[in-house]
Amino acid sequence: MSTQSSRLAARMMVAPSVVLLLIWMIVPLAMTLYYSFRFYRLLSPDRTGWTGFTNYLWFFNSPDFWLALWNTLALVGGVLVITVTLGILIALLIDQPVKGQGLLRILVIAPFFVMPPVAASIWENLFMHPQNGLFAAVARGFGAQPILFLEQYPMLSVIGIVSWEWLPFATLILLTALQSLSSEQLEAAEMDGASAFSRFRYIILPHMTRAITVVILIQTIFLLGIFGEIFTTTQGGPGSASTTLPYMIFKQAIAAKDIGRAAAGGIIAVILANIVAYFLMRGLGRNLEN
Amino acid sequence: MGKIELTKVRKSFGDVDVIPGIDLTIENGEFVVFVGPSGCGKSTLLRLIAGLEDTTSGTIEIDGKDATNLPPAKRGLAMVFQSYALYPHMTVRKNIAFPLKMAGMDQAEQDRRVERAAKVLNLATYLDRRPGQLSGGQRQRVAIGRAIVREPAAFLFDEPLSNLDAALRVGMRQEISELHQSLKTTMIYVTHDQVEAMTMADKIVVLNAGRIEQVGAPLELYNHPRNLFVACFIGSPKMNVIEGAEAAKHNAHSIGIRPEHITVGDGPWEGVVGLSEHLGSDSFLKVAVEGIGTLTVRAPGEIHAHHGDRIRLAPAGKIHRFDAQGLAL
Repeated sequence: MSTQSSRLAARMMVAPSVVLLLIWMIVPLAMTLYYSFRFYRLLSPDRTGWTGFTNYLWFFNSPDFWLALWNTLALVGGVLVITVTLGILIALLIDQPVKGQGLLRILVIAPFFVMPPVAASIWENLFMHPQNGLFAAVARGFGAQPILFLEQYPMLSVIGIVSWEWLPFATLILLTALQSLSSEQLEAAEMDGASAFSRFRYIILPHMTRAITVVILIQTIFLLGIFGEIFTTTQGGPGSASTTLPYMIFKQAIAAKDIGRAAAGGIIAVILANIVAYFLMRGLGRNLEN
Repeated sequence: MGKIELTKVRKSFGDVDVIPGIDLTIENGEFVVFVGPSGCGKSTLLRLIAGLEDTTSGTIEIDGKDATNLPPAKRGLAMVFQSYALYPHMTVRKNIAFPLKMAGMDQAEQDRRVERAAKVLNLATYLDRRPGQLSGGQRQRVAIGRAIVREPAAFLFDEPLSNLDAALRVGMRQEISELHQSLKTTMIYVTHDQVEAMTMADKIVVLNAGRIEQVGAPLELYNHPRNLFVACFIGSPKMNVIEGAEAAKHNAHSIGIRPEHITVGDGPWEGVVGLSEHLGSDSFLKVAVEGIGTLTVRAPGEIHAHHGDRIRLAPAGKIHRFDAQGLAL
C-alpha cells in the first residue's frame, strides 16, 4: 500500500463492510438509547412518553441491581481465574508426549462443542441433581447429605458450569502457545540450572503471557453476556441470588414486559462492558504489542 | 578443571544406533572440535556430554567423577546453542544473570560478574536491551556471556556460527579463540565447517556415521589422514582421489593428492580446463585429464587458464596412498 491510488482503492474496497458494520451497531444502540428514556410497558401500551432518567434511577435504587452487578463481575472473574489456571495446567499436561495424543486432545476440546443450554442441562440433571446426580450419589456413598448445589451455591454452580464450557477454549489457545516455545530455550534454562518450577516461572509463563491475554480478552467479551446457563439452571434464583445484569435485563423485558427499563439496563451493560474493557486494555494491552 | 572422558558411549533412538560406541578423552583446557558431515552424530554426542540426552550405555566422566546420570545443571558445563536460545522477554543483563540467579547467588555478586562478562564481550552498552533489538553477532555474544559468568568446567558450542554471515563468522571465530586463550577452559565445539575446525582446534575429532574416524591436531589430520574419509573431509578444496592404473603405479588401490600439491606447467598429466574460478589470490581449476579423471588444481592467482585450454600438470607434494578399504598405507 504505497501509492496514493492504491491507498484510495483500499479504502473504497473496505468501505462497504465498514459502513454496514457501523449501521449494524449504531441503529440498535440508538434505538436502545431512545427507549431507555421512554416510558414503554407492553402491558399498558397506551401510556407512553418521556421519563427522563426514571428507568436508570429504578436500576440504581434497586438492591437487585447491585447484586446483579456483583454477580456479573464474579462470574467473569471466577470463570477467568478457573479457566486460565486449569487451562495452563492441562496444556502443560497434554503437551507431554503420550500414546493416543490426538484422541486425548479431541476429548479435552469436546466440551466446547456442547451448546450452552445443553451443557447446563447436563450439569443440572446428571451431576448436580440432589436425587439422580453423580455428586449426590458420591455424597451418599460417603454417608453425607447431598449438597443442593443450585439452591445453596447458585452462583458458584453457574461459575462451575461456565468454566467447564470455556476451559477447552483456554486450553487450546494456551497449548498452541506452549508448542511454539523453542525447545532450545528450555534446554538452555536446564543447562543454566533452572528447576522445573523455575523453567515454568521464568521461561514458559512469560512466553505464554500474550496467549493468556488473548484468552482473557476474548472470554471477557463472551462471559459478560452469559445468559443461557442461568436461564436453564437457576433462573436467576433462588430469589435474585444468581441474577446477573443480562439476566436482570431479560427479566425486565420478558417477565415485567417493561421495555424502557430493559433498554436502560442494556445501556448500563454497555457502559459496564466499556469500563471493563478499558481496565483490561490498560492492564493487559501492552502484552499484545510487537 | 575440565577433563572429560567418554567410555563406550552408545546412543540409539529406537532401533537406530546414532552412536554405536565412542571412547574419547578430552584433556583439561583443550579446544576440541567435533567435525563431520550433517547427520554424523556430532551434535548428539555434544548433547550426551551436556546431559540433554540420556546415554543408552557407557559412561561419561567429568573431572574423574561419573556424570553419566547427572542432570545437565549438575555437570558444571555451559552450552551455547545454534539458535543462541536467549530468553526473549528478558534484558541482556537478565539473560546473562539468569544462571547466577538460578544458583541463588547474591545480587551484588551477580552484578559484578555480569559487568565483567559484558566488558570482556563488548556488551556493556547493550545490557538493558532485549535480544530482539540486537544483531546476530551481538546475540551470539550474549549467549557466550551467559555461558562464561557461570565459570563452568567446560564450554559446549553447538554450531554457534552457522547463523552468522561470512564476515561476522570470521570475526567471531577469532573472538572465541581469544576467549579460549584467556580463559584456558576446556571447550568442545561442534561444526560441519572444516575451516572452523582447522583454525580453532587444538584437537579435531572427525566423526562419520556415529564413529570416530580420526582424532588429532589439525595439521596431523591434514598431513597424515588415517583413511580416505578424513583425507577428503579435511582440506579445501577437497583432495583429488585417483583410482586405477595411475594408483597401481604407486602400489595402492587409490591415491589422493591435494589441489595445492599439483603444479601447472610441465608434467606427466595433460588435460583440458573445464571450470576455472579466479579468486585473485588463488585460481581453482577443474581439469579433465585423460585416463585419470577430473582433477581440482589450486594454481596461483595470476594464471591465465580458461575454459577449453589444454594445460600440463605435475604432482608436487605428498601423494597419499590408500588400500581397497580406504585405509592409508
